[in-house]
Amino acid sequence: CNREERRFAEVSRDSVKLMAESAGLELGDEVAALLAEDVCYRLREAAQSSAQFMRHAKRKKLTVDDFNKALRWSNVEAICGYGAQDAMLFRSVKEGELFFVEDRDINLIELALATNIPKGCAETMVRGMFTLLSSVVAPCSVPAAVQSLSDDLLKYYQQITRAILGEDPHLMKVALQDLQSNSKIAALLPYFVYVISGVKSVSHDLEQLNRLLHMVKSLVQNPYLYLGSYVRSLVSSVMYCILEPLAASINPLNDHWTLRDYAALLLSHIFWTHGDLVSGLYRQILLSLQKVLSDPVRPLCSHYGAVVGLHALGWKAVERVLFPHLPAYWANLQAVLDDYSVSNAQVKADGHKVYGAILVAVERLLKMKALSLPQPAEGCSSSQPGCLAGPMGYRVSSPGLSPPPEPLAEAGLGIASHLQAGGAGCQWEEWSPVPLPAMYSELYSFFGDSLAVRFSTEQSFGGFSPCTPSHFRETRKEPLGHVSNPDTTRKMPQLTANLNISPRQDGSPRTDPPPPSLAATGSVRSLARSSMQRSRASSSRSGQRSIGLSRDVFPKARFTSPHSGPPTFSFVIGGRQMGRRCQGRRPFQTIFVPTPPPPVVLPRVYTHKLPVIGRVCKPLRRWTRSHYSLHLPL
Amino acid sequence: MEHDQFKFIFKMAAVQGGMVDAKDELDIKSEPPSDGFGNSNANDGRLLSSSPGAGTGGTATGNNKPAPGPPEEQQTLLAVLQFLKKSKLAESAEILRREAGLPEDALDPKGTDASGSGPGLAAGSGQVDGVDASSLLSRVTVSSSAAAQAPKKAGEDQPDVSVVLSAYSQQGDPSLYDAYYSGLKRFIESVLDCHRAELSQLFYPLFVHMYLELVYNNNESVAKAFFEKFSGDQECYYEQDLRILSSLTKKEHMKGNETLLDFRTSKFVLRISRDSYQLLKRHLQERQNNQIWNIIQEHLYIDIFDGMPRSKSQIDAMSGSLAGEARREANKAKVFYGLLKEPEIELPLDDEDEEAENEEGKPKKKKPKKDSMGSKSKKQDPNAPLQTRIPLPELKDSDKLDKIMYMKESTKRIRLGSDNLPSICFYTFLNAYQGLTAVDVTDDSSLIAGGFADSTVRVWSVTPKKLRKVKSAADLNLIDKESDDVLERIMDEKTASELKILYGHSGPVYGISFSPDRNYLLSSSEDGTIRLWSLQTFTCLVGYKGHNYPVWDTQFSPYGYYFVSGGHDRVARLWATDHYQPLRIFAGHLADITCTRFHPNSNYVATGSSDRTIRLWDVLNGNCVRIFTGHKGPIHALAFSPNGKFLASGATDGRVLLWDIGHGLMVGELKGHTDTIYSLRFSRDGEILASGSMDNTVRLWDAMKAFDDLETDDFTAATGHIHLQDNSQELLLGTYMTKSTPVLHLHFTRRNLLLAAGAYNP
Repeated sequence: CNREERRFAEVSRDSVKLMAESAGLELGDEVAALLAEDVCYRLREAAQSSAQFMRHAKRKKLTVDDFNKALRWSNVEAICGYGAQDAMLFRSVKEGELFFVEDRDINLIELALATNIPKGCAETMVRGMFTLLSSVVAPCSVPAAVQSLSDDLLKYYQQITRAILGEDPHLMKVALQDLQSNSKIAALLPYFVYVISGVKSVSHDLEQLNRLLHMVKSLVQNPYLYLGSYVRSLVSSVMYCILEPLAASINPLNDHWTLRDYAALLLSHIFWTHGDLVSGLYRQILLSLQKVLSDPVRPLCSHYGAVVGLHALGWKAVERVLFPHLPAYWANLQAVLDDYSVSNAQVKADGHKVYGAILVAVERLLKMKALSLPQPAEGCSSSQPGCLAGPMGYRVSSPGLSPPPEPLAEAGLGIASHLQAGGAGCQWEEWSPVPLPAMYSELYSFFGDSLAVRFSTEQSFGGFSPCTPSHFRETRKEPLGHVSNPDTTRKMPQLTANLNISPRQDGSPRTDPPPPSLAATGSVRSLARSSMQRSRASSSRSGQRSIGLSRDVFPKARFTSPHSGPPTFSFVIGGRQMGRRCQGRRPFQTIFVPTPPPPVVLPRVYTHKLPVIGRVCKPLRRWTRSHYSLHLPL
Repeated sequence: MEHDQFKFIFKMAAVQGGMVDAKDELDIKSEPPSDGFGNSNANDGRLLSSSPGAGTGGTATGNNKPAPGPPEEQQTLLAVLQFLKKSKLAESAEILRREAGLPEDALDPKGTDASGSGPGLAAGSGQVDGVDASSLLSRVTVSSSAAAQAPKKAGEDQPDVSVVLSAYSQQGDPSLYDAYYSGLKRFIESVLDCHRAELSQLFYPLFVHMYLELVYNNNESVAKAFFEKFSGDQECYYEQDLRILSSLTKKEHMKGNETLLDFRTSKFVLRISRDSYQLLKRHLQERQNNQIWNIIQEHLYIDIFDGMPRSKSQIDAMSGSLAGEARREANKAKVFYGLLKEPEIELPLDDEDEEAENEEGKPKKKKPKKDSMGSKSKKQDPNAPLQTRIPLPELKDSDKLDKIMYMKESTKRIRLGSDNLPSICFYTFLNAYQGLTAVDVTDDSSLIAGGFADSTVRVWSVTPKKLRKVKSAADLNLIDKESDDVLERIMDEKTASELKILYGHSGPVYGISFSPDRNYLLSSSEDGTIRLWSLQTFTCLVGYKGHNYPVWDTQFSPYGYYFVSGGHDRVARLWATDHYQPLRIFAGHLADITCTRFHPNSNYVATGSSDRTIRLWDVLNGNCVRIFTGHKGPIHALAFSPNGKFLASGATDGRVLLWDIGHGLMVGELKGHTDTIYSLRFSRDGEILASGSMDNTVRLWDAMKAFDDLETDDFTAATGHIHLQDNSQELLLGTYMTKSTPVLHLHFTRRNLLLAAGAYNP
């Protein structure tokens, strides 16, 4: 045989002869050669057809069984006795150039009497294994056999919940951390959501509420979890913490404000990162908030929650819900604030909280609106990091942009349905944006100079002021126009305090936007200012929501006396000067108070007792040089 | 005896098919009639007792009473008589002779070679015997070819099995073969580039036929030299066939070799532009190269088209099948690929299932809005077949309930897309030491069944609901048949278990399929039978015998009742569960049928084969309406897109090909797998195609994009010349490895979760 033919297994002539001899036959060379060739061919044929059986058995290994089947179907007797799964040992004997399959004798007696009885093969079984691809999991569509929790998961669940709700703060931290990064807890999600929905039963325990909110945060931040429709449940739990008059808030010593702030922050986070999972979520949240805000029967802490909630959802939400509601709400708040009776002290303090929250929300609204006017896109995007960027590592979100489009037909009031008793749904008013000047003038009519202060000062201290001093001078003059008109101002107590919204300082929603490009800022300001002035002039004529009108909203106002003395009187009191940052206010001061009075430094104890309104971004120590001026006949 | 009668019918059809071919041979350029192969209908009218005559529409319906008429038909009869006589079926032969009115001496055997096979078909026994490995199957095809050759040979009015082979006998000088072939090779290499690719198609069939001629004429050494010299020139995708060919060096071996018979019985189809063909013809005439010209005339079918010659890549995309490309005419028939209208079922407003969910301690979920995609076929699809084109079973009450469940589930379906891939749940068969050979999952994903090489079928419940048997007859008598929960009462609680094993087969179970209503399970096995099992009693109800060889695959129709099977005997059969004989026989493939699939509208059946073609058959009349070529290896997976428009196929070559059924065109090629693809499945809305392979991966493909990018202009549709862009990488959305577990089955749940299954193979 030549070399090329070696591609196939060959049965040589001699082998055939040998086999014939073993069967007692004598073959001639020629016959043997022919037979050998035929045997080779038949073998190849059988091998080829046995490959077919291998392919259909979905194997890559050709077994003796396959070969036997091929033989059987070509009407050849099958070879018995070689059905083993394992490969047979193929040995060679060097001396004789002989290859053979090792076929050892089996000692049956030994086998029968052996003590180590082999175990039977394990039962064939099916096991499901879940692989999460990308971010999509359908927890509800998993066949139950798969969904039933393994022991490990169950243990994990117990440990985690125990750690989070337990005493050890360190353990809690670890648990939360794990919850935030564990990739294998998709199956537990419903259980965790269920635990979190327990907020309603622990409304007396701020600590527990806080922990549950942290749990929400961890779940929301876990990149491996697909929350799906559980977002609703989570949002509803968070809304509960924001809006409900918690049992814990009966005791004024409990700092439920912080909880609400944190919950509001969390809400906005959930919304901006997972809001697309549930259609109509934005609308439903706004509806719930609006409903609370428009309900005068609710306690002030609920109102506070609604305001911070709106604030956290972005300035558009504020513009859309809070701003139109403000005139109506203002009256109620005014009543509270103007009641100086001792019995009202607590309520009044709450009222100041609400006032501060509104002020903060409204100021940012004005600022963002001013920024977004000339270059809406830029203004919006620039507002984003300021609002949401934090240590929490939010997903890319765009609070400045309008929320994801949602079908308006969606009328389900699923969120916080506990807040909407009877389901007499809030009317979703047709809403059209109010131009900035009109808005400003209206807000100014409510907040007076306290608004103006923040509007101008905050922009100047942001660190991007140096190159636009001229603009600032113009801006600074702006309030003068109002101030010179004492009638328009509402003298409101000016209180400042640091309101720590989130446990971590930088987690708090910051209102100041990051520095926009300088050219833009300049033009924005001047444009905004000029348009404001223009519209102010016109609005007084049109009386659309004129200053005079807005004054009527507060019939009880005690401090508005058209015939009161010179305006300087009130503005000394109204100072909200904060160290270095108050430079922008100086012209204002010099006008009205040529010689600033010696700073009235309040005793620390007293400051602490003050109800806190609003907040600033800097830590408390920066305030050491502030002038605290109060006009509070407490 | 049924078997024999049945085989006889099959043979008749094959013979007639051969006749068609024979006529074509006379003029190579004549428009051939539609593919005559495989239009055999056994048992006419059995499919439709209600609509008589439905099965007689085919061009070559198997008719038991051929009337002697034109000479061709007489030839056919003679061939049959000859065969019967040789098979020692004297009685049948006599009956046929009498009925056909043929003279007594019509069967005067003059055949030279008695085909070497002894008693071909032992009467009365289903067993195939004979010394020859080719057995019945091969003989059938041989005889058909014999008939085909007969009219051509002058003076040979006695068709015989040996004729086909003797066609090689009177050829020229064997030593010149080398020169002939090299001459042609030189010529083809010297022609213009645009023609070279087309004419290169000639190499392989010519090579094979010349080699076989040499072998037949006992020029073994010349043949070997010829093979050595030129086998390297052939396209790599013919490697498998060449290997078989190379082992064939003796005239005696040719008789039993199936691959060889495939070359002989079917004409190799080439598609060549008119310009290229003229070029070739002129060359051969100038050179007086009759040898090659003869082969072209006798063994090749050249499909000539007008227009631009095709490029190499275009040709490569379509070639690779055992018998060349499909003739263009084969894909011209109209296919009603649209979906049938779904019966309208009122969706009740009860929310029992949601309450059930609440019991499990989960917070109540908001009910998502019902969107409109749940009911997709509200109005009649223009491409859909008539609702009554084939009779479908009536919907039972339980079916309606299931439809309602389905609609409810589909409202919760996840919209998949390239940015929203399905999660995968992999069901691993552990300790499947006996070898897992087939898997199926019910449509509602509640049951999973495995067919094993140890002849068992095992059914598992993957929901907490255990599998229960119906009580014994004695116990059934005791229960109150009027009670509302009678269906619950008939179940025997004592038998509840997660796993039920079905014993009955005597060979590996290669194919299984659940009925849509989950009451039955079909299994096909190496033992040549298909068994129908009841999932109520977990016993075997029927054993369908018809395939005498291993049955590789079987599948239920999407509407139940019908099922299709295909196996080693190269025919696919359509059955109805209440008939023990097949309703239709789809014959035409040149090698084993490896997989079978029903079209979603149940009017068509697709079969994939080892001959590397896919055929689409019309259930109504048994015609082959599409032949798709392009795969370079046996096809092991098929999947119809949910809208019925497209077909995906996967083969041992690791490629997935996409086909447009309406136009009969290849529309996509998905490369990525490195081993045989055993499973394909479209997501419920057709956005994603999942493929599972022997290479232990599941791959997800962007089917939407693959079909969206499609632009089928009239020219492409008319000529079938496709331009495939190589965008596999863009379409591949993900590759997911398993742990040494070949992926045997894929299934999308009603909510578009992907289930995959396979046996851990350490």
